[in-house]
Amino acid sequence: MASQLSSQTDNASAGDLRNQDWYLDKFFQSIMFLCGISAILFVLGIFIFVFKEGSGFIIHQLDWAEFFLSPKWRPTSATQATYGTFAMVAGTAAVTVISMAIALPFSFGAAIFIAEFARGKTREWLKVIIEMLAAIPSVVWGFIGLMIMNPLIIDTFDVPIGLNVLNSGIILGLMAAPIITSIAEDAFKAVPDTYREAAEALGATKWQVVYKVILPAAKNGLLSAALLGIGRAFGETMAVLMASGHALTVPTSVFDSIRALTATIAAELGETPVGSDHYQALFAIGIFLFSITFVINMTADFIVRGIKNQ
Amino acid sequence: MSSTTLSVSKISVRNLTIRYGSFTALSDVSLEIPPNQVFGIIGPANSGKTSFLNAINRMDMMRSNMQVTGSVHFNGVDVRSWRNVYALRSKIGVVFPLPVGLPLSIYDNVALSPRLRGLTDKTQIDEIVERSLRRAALWDEVKDRLTSLGSLLSGGQQQRLTIARALSQDPEVLMLDEFSIAVDPVTTMRIEDVLKELKQQMTVILVTNLVQQANRLADQTAFFLDGRCVEVGETRALFDGQVRDQRTNDYIEGRFG
Repeated sequence: MASQLSSQTDNASAGDLRNQDWYLDKFFQSIMFLCGISAILFVLGIFIFVFKEGSGFIIHQLDWAEFFLSPKWRPTSATQATYGTFAMVAGTAAVTVISMAIALPFSFGAAIFIAEFARGKTREWLKVIIEMLAAIPSVVWGFIGLMIMNPLIIDTFDVPIGLNVLNSGIILGLMAAPIITSIAEDAFKAVPDTYREAAEALGATKWQVVYKVILPAAKNGLLSAALLGIGRAFGETMAVLMASGHALTVPTSVFDSIRALTATIAAELGETPVGSDHYQALFAIGIFLFSITFVINMTADFIVRGIKNQ
Repeated sequence: MSSTTLSVSKISVRNLTIRYGSFTALSDVSLEIPPNQVFGIIGPANSGKTSFLNAINRMDMMRSNMQVTGSVHFNGVDVRSWRNVYALRSKIGVVFPLPVGLPLSIYDNVALSPRLRGLTDKTQIDEIVERSLRRAALWDEVKDRLTSLGSLLSGGQQQRLTIARALSQDPEVLMLDEFSIAVDPVTTMRIEDVLKELKQQMTVILVTNLVQQANRLADQTAFFLDGRCVEVGETRALFDGQVRDQRTNDYIEGRFG
């Protein structure tokens, strides 16, 4: 509208005409640029904040051997505070292993079915329902762990408490399954149809095509799907806090209660004086967690990028 | 092998019609393909040649919208009555227009079919792999790197790998669908020499967009146009101008298509 008026004003300076459209264009470009790089700013900001809060403790007081190898986490002891995370790391790892043992076979099986066998409506419905599964809030999962799984485990296995590695492993497995399924399905979809046709023309059955051709061709994508699932399980907080029993032990069986790294931060951070050793130790755990998930996600990302470059 | 069956034809096609939804790709095609011959099929794009091949090895099962009517008899048996289509397909080797090197090693590409049939003996598989690669004129180029990825070979090599893979199942019929599209002329000539030898042992169906390729190789040639089989005849006669339909002559002479 305005451009029609302004374009008539001066022909000589038409090349240098900065009308409303020009400013609008610049304005939206800058907004989009800010949105685009905001993710980087936020990640960097969080990293700097977490590191700043925990750095004093890590540099001056942290006993590395104790932090990684001691199972004793006694931050509130007045005389002899110890900051060992070994029990939590072992607990988190145990839960992650159980959750992957449950999630991986289910997710890969579901992804194979959706990508290779299901057709039409079945396929669409399955995908929608699996996405719905991913949208369930983690506190709801925690509630299921606490109120349904807990009595179920006590009754079934005749153990005194049902809030343990098994319970939180199952819950986390179910939580990670939808994500693993959809990434694995993408990996199967990325396998060209010509491979399927070539294998079928050789007389391969559907299952043989999947087993001999599709799985080897999609293995990088499946690996990264598994890694992202592990990252999800490792970083989950609320559901584990509710389903794991939150007891500081190094688990020796799946029926032991454990305490997760994430749950420790969530449970204790609100009660510590800002800046105290305990407070900073919790941030040290945060940095530790951050590094683990960062490495896992980066590895998964590099693997996925490897597929695209092939 | 098929001498006991009633029909002398390896493949006999009657009133074959193929539709994709409302589009008719092939209509009312009937022809006989005798054993131990190279049977050429020529015709411009979209004339139904590939659909014809798909109907023979029942690849229509993979495409939900492909409807087939009429009949295809293989060794005198209707292919629709084969309950185990995988067994049917393992008797029919297929070479696609663009080479498909599966993302496996060269060795595993060729060993795939014997392994699918349940063969586990290493020396037997070794033997099949070497024989197939030799028959496809690829052995000398790859014998020192059998473990490297098949999809990394050059286009022409991959196409010969595809042929070796098709041969590894000792097929009774080898179907080639415009195999020379992505292959250089020298390799094309080498593969053509291979095909001339192969017809001693199997029936070859050669779909080609190169009229002269049919002339060089085919014993009989069929001319497809717009989903119809315009003419079938002895290749030599067709190329000498003894045609029943003028359009065949026009196509062979390059006046259209």
